[in-house]
Amino acid sequence: MEETLKIIVLVKHVPDAQFDRHLTGEGHTTDRSESILSELDEYALEAALQLIEARGGEAAGNKVIALSMGPAGAVNAVKKSLQIGATEGVHLSDDALAGSDAAATSLALAAAIRHLGAETPADLILTGMASTDGETSLVPAQLAERLGLPQVTFAASLELDGGKLTARRDGDSHSDTIEAPLPAVVSVTDQINDPRYPNFKGIMAAKKKTITTLSLADIGVDASQVGRAGSWTAVETAEARPPRTAGTIITDEGDAGIQLVEFLAAQKLL
Amino acid sequence: MPKVLVFIDNPGQVLKKSSLELLTIARSLGEPAVAFNGELHDDVARSLGEYGAQALYRPSADDLDDYLVGPKASYLAAAVQTSGATVVLAENSAEGKEIAARLGIKLGAGVITDVVGVEPDGTAHKSVLAGSYTSTAKATTPVAVLTVKPNSITPEPAVTGTAPATTTIEVPETATAASARITARNDKPASGRPDLTEARIVVAGGRGVDGDFGPLEELADVLGAAVGASRAATDAGWIGHDAQVGQTGKTVSPQLFISAGISGAIQQKAGMQTAKVIVAVNKDAESPVFEIADFGIVGDLFKVLPQATEEIKKRRG
Repeated sequence: MEETLKIIVLVKHVPDAQFDRHLTGEGHTTDRSESILSELDEYALEAALQLIEARGGEAAGNKVIALSMGPAGAVNAVKKSLQIGATEGVHLSDDALAGSDAAATSLALAAAIRHLGAETPADLILTGMASTDGETSLVPAQLAERLGLPQVTFAASLELDGGKLTARRDGDSHSDTIEAPLPAVVSVTDQINDPRYPNFKGIMAAKKKTITTLSLADIGVDASQVGRAGSWTAVETAEARPPRTAGTIITDEGDAGIQLVEFLAAQKLL
Repeated sequence: MPKVLVFIDNPGQVLKKSSLELLTIARSLGEPAVAFNGELHDDVARSLGEYGAQALYRPSADDLDDYLVGPKASYLAAAVQTSGATVVLAENSAEGKEIAARLGIKLGAGVITDVVGVEPDGTAHKSVLAGSYTSTAKATTPVAVLTVKPNSITPEPAVTGTAPATTTIEVPETATAASARITARNDKPASGRPDLTEARIVVAGGRGVDGDFGPLEELADVLGAAVGASRAATDAGWIGHDAQVGQTGKTVSPQLFISAGISGAIQQKAGMQTAKVIVAVNKDAESPVFEIADFGIVGDLFKVLPQATEEIKKRRG
């Protein structure tokens, strides 16, 4: 059995994908007015909780820190994570962060993770398989590169043993077993577990847990290194795709399959 | 002329169409070179010449495939330095994006993913928020790294072919140090169908399939299509999770998407709304999928699809 575990889970406050989503403002950033804890991050949090519970949980000195970077509303993703079971919450928030691309985001997160690990470095940094809004999936890999750590993305199972991790990764044509030394950056898929819901006890307990707010100054990052100024890419234009319109709708009266083929032939798709 | 480096990981026996697309885009931006990993077969070397590659690079190490991402990014960073490339093009697969991500940090280069087109000045066109927006973006750094979606352009050979020489790139010995290593690989049985994200036609099923993908697979096979599924169908265990199309699965952009027994909830639409033509079959006339279908059939997929399959076979004699 290894010593106590310290896991940092990255959680993101994202627009609810069940509703239409919009890009707004000069920088074409995502409108976050109807936002929730990213569904995909719940799997990472659950994986972290299962790992520490197997080692005696919080009582045995294990920690799961939920870290979110984002504007004021992002603290809600941290609160929800505490209700689900994270032991501590950290909100990295600074006006200068607005409009950061993946490179600038990973720079700020790497600095925050180093700051949180100043005394005891984290053993594991866990993320969801993607954010459901930005969708670039760049941040975990860029974070790993900045921290000089191995990355294991899309883990469908995850075990820790001593100083190393073993994960399963399912691809289209093969399934791989991966080993990596700790610490490591790991992203987990929605196949790894069934995330728990916060219960009444968890919601009450969360009220007593600490949420630390960090600014860029706290983590030693200059405002010019992040935001639009520190980004290496710029979004120049964004346009809503014209909505698709309904075409021909028929009710099957026994020959719809043939009509379907005629439609495909007319569209030169056969 | 700017130098453009195309990364082709394990080109195999024949170059994939997506690799030919990258080479065609590279020529439109400048002077193309190719960094590959793995074996280089004669046929592939010939195709690279036909598509105008001016130089080829290979890694000094032959074990990069044993590791995830990191060492390949180290190799590419060295190849970019040797070649003097200012644009790097890679495929938009999960691994392609991660290699691009780490490469971007190593080079201090802006990375743009999900690219569907590139203008000569480097402006990249992409689709975002699951295809509900199109945007343009540009790297503000001296080097740009772009990952390009398949089926973005029609591949065209160069007017004048080349016979490029191969240079070996020293992969730093430290490249594999703090890396995740693949210790075992289990191949899955091949379906013989095209790759879902690259397929010209996709036939996808949802809850309405009720456990039986047979009629979809038969239609897919006469059309040369890939088979996809909604999350309801993959969660029910009727088909593998790698077939999932939608918000938490794959995004596809085929010429034709045939949706069968899928309601068309917003998370499902997210994965397929950029398809050129959408055909929907559903028993429920109120299904939202009919709001976006170019051709919709209110009916029983177990009757409609087999009838269509038979009709296609009949027409082809």
